[in-house]
Amino acid sequence: MKYTSQMVAKPYFIFALILLAGEILFGLLMAVQYLFGDFLFPLIPFNVLRMVHTNLLIVLILFGFMGATYYLIPEETERELWSPKLAIITFWVFAAAGVATILGYLFVPYAQLTELTFNNLLPTMGREFLEQPLPTKVGIVLVVVSYIFNTGMTVLKGRRTVITTVLLTGLLFLAVFFLIAFYVPENLVLDKFLWWFTVHLWVEATWELILGAILAFVLIKVTGVDREHIDKWLYLIIAMTMISGILGTGHHFFYIGAPEYWLWIGSIASAVEPLPFFLMVLFAFSMAKDRKIQHDNEMALTWAKGTAVMAFLGAGVWGFMHTLAPVNYFTHGTQLTAAHGHLSFYGAYIMIIFTIISYAMPILRGRPHGNCKKAQQRELKAFWMMNIGMLGLTLSLTTAGIMQILDLRMGTELIGFMESQASIAGVYMVRAGFGLLVFLGLMTYFTSFFIAEPSSKEANA
Amino acid sequence: MTERITKSMAKNIYYGGGMFALLIFLGLTFDTVKQIPKRSNQSAMTASVVAGKALWEKNNCVGCHTILGEGAYYAPELGNVFKRRGASDESAFKSYMLAWMASQPLAVPNRRKMPQFNLTETEVNSLSDFLIWTSKVDTNEWPPTIEG
Repeated sequence: MKYTSQMVAKPYFIFALILLAGEILFGLLMAVQYLFGDFLFPLIPFNVLRMVHTNLLIVLILFGFMGATYYLIPEETERELWSPKLAIITFWVFAAAGVATILGYLFVPYAQLTELTFNNLLPTMGREFLEQPLPTKVGIVLVVVSYIFNTGMTVLKGRRTVITTVLLTGLLFLAVFFLIAFYVPENLVLDKFLWWFTVHLWVEATWELILGAILAFVLIKVTGVDREHIDKWLYLIIAMTMISGILGTGHHFFYIGAPEYWLWIGSIASAVEPLPFFLMVLFAFSMAKDRKIQHDNEMALTWAKGTAVMAFLGAGVWGFMHTLAPVNYFTHGTQLTAAHGHLSFYGAYIMIIFTIISYAMPILRGRPHGNCKKAQQRELKAFWMMNIGMLGLTLSLTTAGIMQILDLRMGTELIGFMESQASIAGVYMVRAGFGLLVFLGLMTYFTSFFIAEPSSKEANA
Repeated sequence: MTERITKSMAKNIYYGGGMFALLIFLGLTFDTVKQIPKRSNQSAMTASVVAGKALWEKNNCVGCHTILGEGAYYAPELGNVFKRRGASDESAFKSYMLAWMASQPLAVPNRRKMPQFNLTETEVNSLSDFLIWTSKVDTNEWPPTIEG
């Protein structure tokens, strides 16, 4: 570790991983309630389980991004973080607000929660992924502003690199697009249209900038490839991301009441959306091939390559599968969307967080050469368990989606939604099984943190 | 292929291309916002429809259902429920809704359960008005069938 202020990243990483465990656990509970409607009902109805599941995901990714930023910004700018103290205060504020919000979801009926949190003054609640009470939303803004300010001040005073510029651009737009979440039009169609400005432009534009910056940083560190070369790749990837991703928002506007031209614009732009992910695969693998150094932390490079591949599959392949308007006409609002959502969030954002944690955590724990062989072997096992689990889960949901389409929309003898869901039960069972594998993989990963380093005598022997 | 592209070229593609995409997107956004009132039949958006939407949000209905294909996939699509369960007859749909909302949760073992929201009659009627209004939005002919 070159700068002591990098240490503030540690609580962010640890808390992100704890939230991830909670997120997967709630996913498993949902998978069971999908099959047995009485499970946990009326104690925790499905909408509450889902809110906890998705909100934990968003919050843990933000924690991961913040941890990654605080780790890499001092090294990139070649100076200490502007205010490590502010970063720690921000951590505690965000953690407390996050926990309070989750407890609110679990213990207060949602309608009552809206009343308790001044939703009548400025209604923002009850929209998918943006269910947070007003005080939490305001809290998120404050946390993000403090995060951007701290990062920005450090960058202004230090060395500027392509990585810091791209990261900061991503952060700024992340904040700007979240502000739209405070405006809920009375017209449902306009509401849906603007809702995507936050949701799509986060995950398919600004977050991808942050992802690209983190990936580039780790690749520089573990491959020793010349920065100029990595910068060029980073620019190319994010150029394709922006060109395809911004207009690709149109693939959400096909059937929600927006004009017909989005059928064309959305289809064409999002047909290009797999390209930046494909470039990311080429990037990771060619940097690994041309590596100038042999870093002892082999797992960091494995996660980096894994991120590129799984993001390409989840966001690129599974996205393309249903993004063309005539196909989406039949797939819109089915389990196919859920399949794509799961693999893309995991492949792109959860895995980049594993990548940076795998690289940075050993250093933060005083192990500059990475964890010992035994711990890395355990981590590799966890890597495969989680990847196979996520792929299996995605394939199950894809099968469920296809069955649903045949039942409700394409077959000769159409049946109703509930009947169709009952006929898919077996597939949902398989999905739950793969979900369990993901959870066990995460637990295996956690145990790798507790494998003791061999004493220096053994290491020298 | 990437050997022929220099870093400054890549940088220019990023800024130029990104800006170009953003401008087109903003232009189309303005046009869409202008077209939405007509396509969504905004003139028919009564106070009851608006109240119904607020109830939809307050009770987090989208946490289980989809509406115009967006939301959770635990429970049926409701964008066209007026046509499916009310046969496009407003008073039939409203009395169906009153009976349906009052009977939740259904006492069928292990069927997925809808909570009892304890809505008043006026509130259920608003919810119905909101769903009736939604079913008339011009969605480019989606969903493909009545089953949603």
